[in-house]
Amino acid sequence: MRPLTDEETKTMFEKLSKYIGENIKILVDRPDGTYCFRLHNDRVYYMSDKMLKLATNFARNQLVSVGSCFGKFTKTLKFRLHITALDFLAPYAKFKVWVKPGAEQSFLYGNHVLKSGLGRITENTAQYQGVVVYSMADVPLGFGVAAKTTQECRKVDPLSIVVFHQADIDKYLYDKQHL
Amino acid sequence: MGRKLDPTNKVKRGPGRKSRKQKGAETELANFLVEEDEPKKLSSRGKKRAIKRAQVKEQKKEQKAIKAQKPKKGFSDENSQWLKPAQRKRKIEEPAEDEESDSQWEEDSEEEGVPLKKQIKGEDLDDDDDDDDEDMVDDYGADEGDEEDKQDSDGDELLPIEKAARKQKKRQLNQQESIEDDDDDDDDEEMSTEEAEKIKQQKGKEDDTVQAMFDENDEKFILPSAADRQNEGLLPMDLKTIYQRIKDNVDVLTHFTEKREKDKDRSEYLSLLRSDLCIYYSYNQFLISKLMDLFPLSELIEFLEANEIQRPVTIRTNTLKTRRRDLAQALINRGVNLDPIGKWSKVGLVIYDSSVPIGATPEYLSGQYMLQGASSFLPVMALSPQEGELVLDMSSAPGGKTTYMAQLMKNTGTIVANDANADRLKSVVGNIHRLGVTNAIICNYDGRQFPKVMGGFDRVLLDAPCSGTGVISKDPAVKTGKDDTDIHRLAHLQKELLLAAIDSVNADSPTGGYLIYCTCSVMVEENEWVVDYALKKRNVKLVPTGLDFGKEGFTRFRARRFHPSLKLSCRFYPHSHNMDGFFIAKFKKFSNIIPTAPKETENEEESTAMGTGAQSEKIPKTEQIQSKEQAPTSTPAKSPKGMKKKLGQNKDEAPIIKRKPGGKPDSKKTEGPKKAKIAKLDGEALKKSPKFNKKQKTNGEVKKEVAGEKKVGSPFEKKKNRRNKKNLGTKNRLGKNKFKDSKKTLGQEESGQ
Repeated sequence: MRPLTDEETKTMFEKLSKYIGENIKILVDRPDGTYCFRLHNDRVYYMSDKMLKLATNFARNQLVSVGSCFGKFTKTLKFRLHITALDFLAPYAKFKVWVKPGAEQSFLYGNHVLKSGLGRITENTAQYQGVVVYSMADVPLGFGVAAKTTQECRKVDPLSIVVFHQADIDKYLYDKQHL
Repeated sequence: MGRKLDPTNKVKRGPGRKSRKQKGAETELANFLVEEDEPKKLSSRGKKRAIKRAQVKEQKKEQKAIKAQKPKKGFSDENSQWLKPAQRKRKIEEPAEDEESDSQWEEDSEEEGVPLKKQIKGEDLDDDDDDDDEDMVDDYGADEGDEEDKQDSDGDELLPIEKAARKQKKRQLNQQESIEDDDDDDDDEEMSTEEAEKIKQQKGKEDDTVQAMFDENDEKFILPSAADRQNEGLLPMDLKTIYQRIKDNVDVLTHFTEKREKDKDRSEYLSLLRSDLCIYYSYNQFLISKLMDLFPLSELIEFLEANEIQRPVTIRTNTLKTRRRDLAQALINRGVNLDPIGKWSKVGLVIYDSSVPIGATPEYLSGQYMLQGASSFLPVMALSPQEGELVLDMSSAPGGKTTYMAQLMKNTGTIVANDANADRLKSVVGNIHRLGVTNAIICNYDGRQFPKVMGGFDRVLLDAPCSGTGVISKDPAVKTGKDDTDIHRLAHLQKELLLAAIDSVNADSPTGGYLIYCTCSVMVEENEWVVDYALKKRNVKLVPTGLDFGKEGFTRFRARRFHPSLKLSCRFYPHSHNMDGFFIAKFKKFSNIIPTAPKETENEEESTAMGTGAQSEKIPKTEQIQSKEQAPTSTPAKSPKGMKKKLGQNKDEAPIIKRKPGGKPDSKKTEGPKKAKIAKLDGEALKKSPKFNKKQKTNGEVKKEVAGEKKVGSPFEKKKNRRNKKNLGTKNRLGKNKFKDSKKTLGQEESGQ
């Protein structure tokens, strides 16, 4: 386990800022103690200072996970957000999309959100902006990228894609091995 | 969740457009349906039916009247106050009852004020609904009244086509009957009187035998002779007769003096019962005889029967994300039929049936609940971890108990979730993240190494690997798969794990110092025996688990006597508590010092009691390990203290922390041979014991040498001592290879002899 290099920090924060903007600050400066990001097995974990100290007791290859996993660096050194980061993205997300109950299941099966399934969308969403997808009962379901701006969404036909699917909570079931 | 009802565009209820009768068909049918003009006579049965129908109608009316007085209720049991059936999802809140139900749910009712509007709306909706229902019922009644006269005696509404079909059938039947009658007559004439007599006789015989059987059953159960039983092995027997025999046998055994046969022994009855149970429930002889020792006979049958049926599916609300009440409502809206698990848990729900897969609902995926057996709640409730504590879950997969601990701790403090199996840890990672637990460290160690990896825990939960005799309904392979060696091997592992767990607890913790030992086995060998062993070996005592149900643990079992405090432990059975068989014991550690000289007598007793070679081999070794551990002023006991201070971030105490790694190589020394020993155990436990003793002796000698060398320096200057130990650690430690070598040479010696 080691701290992130400057390069890695930059790529990760760039990715995060697509979803939560300047709210990253809230993640780093928390009132309830210092929290930090650590790299372990190519994965980035977010943990408190106290946990970090305790985790030093364990050998590197015996340690599986500390705190919560945000995502991982690919072999090409790109950062990929995991669904496990949703708990931290959802409360701070700048742009949100709500899907109708009928389209909920479809999104959870890995499909993009169509106009027909779109319940609500934040005003002024730009194209290709990272968004967090909610159900109408405000349960975060996953995240994705807006395919169209809010303005365009109003006009398009019901079968066109509004949000590209990136990750959803169904991964906890079917992608368990790679979390 | 779900669509909200819009009162403005209400959908009409009743038969849809497609259920309308075709008009053209009716007119056509009239052509070939011959109308019977005269009023139909009712057959005697028809009359009866008509009377019945009238009665039923009256009853219905009465019920309706009662219903009008009473408010409707979906469930008739105690939970009816808050539970509503799934169909009524459109009602959002029920005003009067809800306030009561709040007290049943969590006490906090911040939202009391908010749904007032909804309530009013809900009332309106209710009225609408009721009107709808009444309308519908009235219509239906009218229909019946109109058509009843026309209908024939069956009283169902029939489409014209159906009527036609029925008439045709009748006609055909009549024709057939007439033909058959003719045939029968012919046959009767042909059949000779002799034959008829024969048949009569046969029938009489059969009746007699049946009668005899009944007499036997009613009056006295006769034990079959040995020869009979041998024959049984050849012929496949009817399960029903076996079951009857089991019942009778149990009956005789419970009233033995009255119902026994004079010349028959109790053991004969028992052996028959055992073999019968083995056949009927398909267990192996070993397990049945173990269970027969454990339960009184009547309870035994109940237990075995309970193992044949599945336990109810239960879920646990994740209070980190939602409340039970909200979750229940959301699931009811999805068409799940559920109930609270009982008075003892505020987070559990029982699922009776569900129209959706309960492990794949959006609620499940977003971590609002966890599928978990009812029995798995109990150890965590007994542990009752407090906020801000450092807790260890020694065998955590698949993470159900771990996440429950986290939710009790409200995501504060730290949980170390360990498991020996790296594959199973994947599910722990998934579940912990899904349920939003952020205070967990997941690691993959063998639990036995634990105090060396990290100590000083406030609380430890040890859900030890076990034979699974409590969860036979989940895994029927246990019925035939286990034998004596398995049980003893597991018991041995459990003892090691329990000692390791006890050593990881910090007795000086201001809030904790507790340890829970639990298994999903009902065997005494894996439960009371293991706990009793730990009570002798470490400075721990049993304390009440804090669970208000469950049966007491055994303080005596057959020839064995356990510590009297073992009645503080809890046992749970599938037949009496409708959850998996479970054992829970709660320890309180009162001193970090590991007791020095284990009494010789105790060990002797232990070794004689444990029959297998594996067990008898083990004890002297642990003794040695312990004596070694004492020598350097009990380092493992000190390490937790060091840890604690480290937690406190006191820089002055740094030297003490350093002492901990100093102790490490020493303890590793014990680990090397220990590991090898375990491997040996697995492989060779079944071999004959004399060979083993020799090996053990020689092994012991090697060890003694090591221990001797170490002891030389111990009472002198500490620094030197430490250095010595370090050197020893690097040089004299029995590494894996070295151990293998020595083992080889030993083997050669043996073969030479």
